[in-house]
Amino acid sequence: MADVTYLEALREGLREEMARDERVFILGEDVGLYGGAFKVTEGLMEQFGERRVIDTPISEAAIVGAAAGAAHMGMRPVVEMQFIDFISCAYDMLTNYVATARYRAGLSTPLVVRGPCGGYVRGGPFHSQNVEAAFFHTPGLKIVYPATVADAKGLIKSAIRDEDPVIYLEHKWLYRRVKAELPDGADVLTPIGEARLAREGRDLSIVTYGATVWKALEAADQLAQDGMSVEVLDLRTLVPMDDAAIMRSVRKTSKVLIVHEDTRTGGIAGEIAARINEQAFEWLDSPIMRVTAHDVPLPYAPTLEDFVLPQTEDIVKAARWLAKY
Amino acid sequence: MMSRTAPAALTPREAPPIPAGLTRGQLLEIYRYLRLTRTLEERLVALYRQSKVIGGLFRSLGQEGESVASAYALERGRHKDFLSPLIRNLGSMLVMGASPIQILRQYMAKATSPSGGRELNVHFGDLELGYLGQISHLGDMIPVLAGIALTFKLRGERRVALVYIGDGGTSTGTFHEGLNLAAVQRVPLVVIGEYNHWAYSTPPEKQFAVRHLVDRVRGYGIPTSTVDGNDVLAVYAETRGAAERARRGEGVQFIEVKTYRRTGHAEHDDQHYVPAGELERWARDNDPIDRYVLRLLDNDWVQARELADIDARVRAEIDAATDACVDDPPPQPESALPGVYADPPAAPLHWYRSL
Repeated sequence: MADVTYLEALREGLREEMARDERVFILGEDVGLYGGAFKVTEGLMEQFGERRVIDTPISEAAIVGAAAGAAHMGMRPVVEMQFIDFISCAYDMLTNYVATARYRAGLSTPLVVRGPCGGYVRGGPFHSQNVEAAFFHTPGLKIVYPATVADAKGLIKSAIRDEDPVIYLEHKWLYRRVKAELPDGADVLTPIGEARLAREGRDLSIVTYGATVWKALEAADQLAQDGMSVEVLDLRTLVPMDDAAIMRSVRKTSKVLIVHEDTRTGGIAGEIAARINEQAFEWLDSPIMRVTAHDVPLPYAPTLEDFVLPQTEDIVKAARWLAKY
Repeated sequence: MMSRTAPAALTPREAPPIPAGLTRGQLLEIYRYLRLTRTLEERLVALYRQSKVIGGLFRSLGQEGESVASAYALERGRHKDFLSPLIRNLGSMLVMGASPIQILRQYMAKATSPSGGRELNVHFGDLELGYLGQISHLGDMIPVLAGIALTFKLRGERRVALVYIGDGGTSTGTFHEGLNLAAVQRVPLVVIGEYNHWAYSTPPEKQFAVRHLVDRVRGYGIPTSTVDGNDVLAVYAETRGAAERARRGEGVQFIEVKTYRRTGHAEHDDQHYVPAGELERWARDNDPIDRYVLRLLDNDWVQARELADIDARVRAEIDAATDACVDDPPPQPESALPGVYADPPAAPLHWYRSL
């Protein structure tokens, strides 16, 4: 078995679901003839035809709206945002129309909106965003954020099969950076709503997701040289969040560092901290601390971007501070 | 309906042919839907004044003709054509198969209403019967119905979708994005642009710098037409043509219907912004139901007595529907929690509620 990249695993997930279920189709900007800006959908139009891989105008609201209409009628649309930054153009359609559809009108809207997120790639303010917090607040949407090759595939397949609308956030820094063996042709499914224990430890829990899973693992390796045993929990799904897995880890280590690449204020870490406070306060031996991006739009120059984003050494420093608390 | 005396016919004359391929029975059925819409709304006004309607009441007075006629031009029944009404298209929902008691229950926020008290007025749907209520964000239903029409196209089903947009709604981004996507994909979609002269209190000249809605739409490469929205048979014929064209795979058509919103945005609105005499003029000279009745009778297509019978039956139907639901219970408070997702099945109850 050959190693595949995160991006290839995602593509294979899409391909398998399209082959398995003729209701699945893709729509987005440059997804067909060109194969997507990052080539995630490369080859799919050739294989499945232009009725199932639809190149659209630059109209994110219309793309999501049309996907919602198709989903009501029993289709399984997968929408690509060329960069996830552009999902804000469809914010109304996702939060007001799609998210409320089942609750207000009993409408099934099984669609997936996916797209490349995140920084560390010198993309500047509009090609580097993390958008999870903007949608995390709206009941009715599920949000998944794979960090590994297996989950890139397993979560896209589960998202497509899910009866609810799912925002699938894929990290472009991971696209070709992480590789792993995947069993050929196996039905790799990652359950939505289950976190993954990425590394077991005793002294400190790092709760994280997306690209910073890898930064946290790197930090844990370095900390192990000091004799610190760090647990890393990869959330994988942000909505619905796996509270039980978080509390299990907190009860084990009693110290928590929440790490995310997104900006701090109103970010997911705040909600995780609140849940730990409500559900596991008596197990804590230290304050719940955060490592996140600084609260600025993400700048372009490498010196600026590296400064703003959380780095492995930030996690190491914060973990050492917590260990001494 | 209007009362009138039959002309003293000295010589019997042949009734002229009924236009648009309609039968006498269909003319009467259209009349029934027009009357049903108006009578139902009059009942809602009465219930509103008794504080039985929860929140606002939105009427379609003056727009019943285009709502009923455009919907009537579709293929109706289970898994046939599909439409999405705005708040002033109650008539179109009734034509597609919504029942007065559903509307009454919605407006009174009953547990038994189609949305279980979760949503307002005409904001509900029936995917099998082919109607899907709007959300309040105007323009959003254009992409959604484009997606429904796209589904018909992808599956090779000979079905058509129809969506309404008001003069104000054509200023939204989703209207333009959705119409363009539909046009590019050549999906079977009919868009009814309702020029009803008011977007809440804003007149068209503050909404756009062109004269007509069709002027806004010219750039999308689709056929457009303009029709007198208070001429029931003209709206029917134009929509029928557009729907059949869409059914043949020839894509989107935009029909502008010129009409007039004779009530306020909602019942609370005193319409002080309307020029003096305008409401009265439209009511007197250009009521869609009055005009339709005159046409039916002038051409001897139907008898006045048949229309009076329909009026009586509609009144009885609305009375019975009101009696059947006015005392229905409100939703149980805890019924607010389930159904945000298929899974998990319900939102958790907050901890302090069980202290």
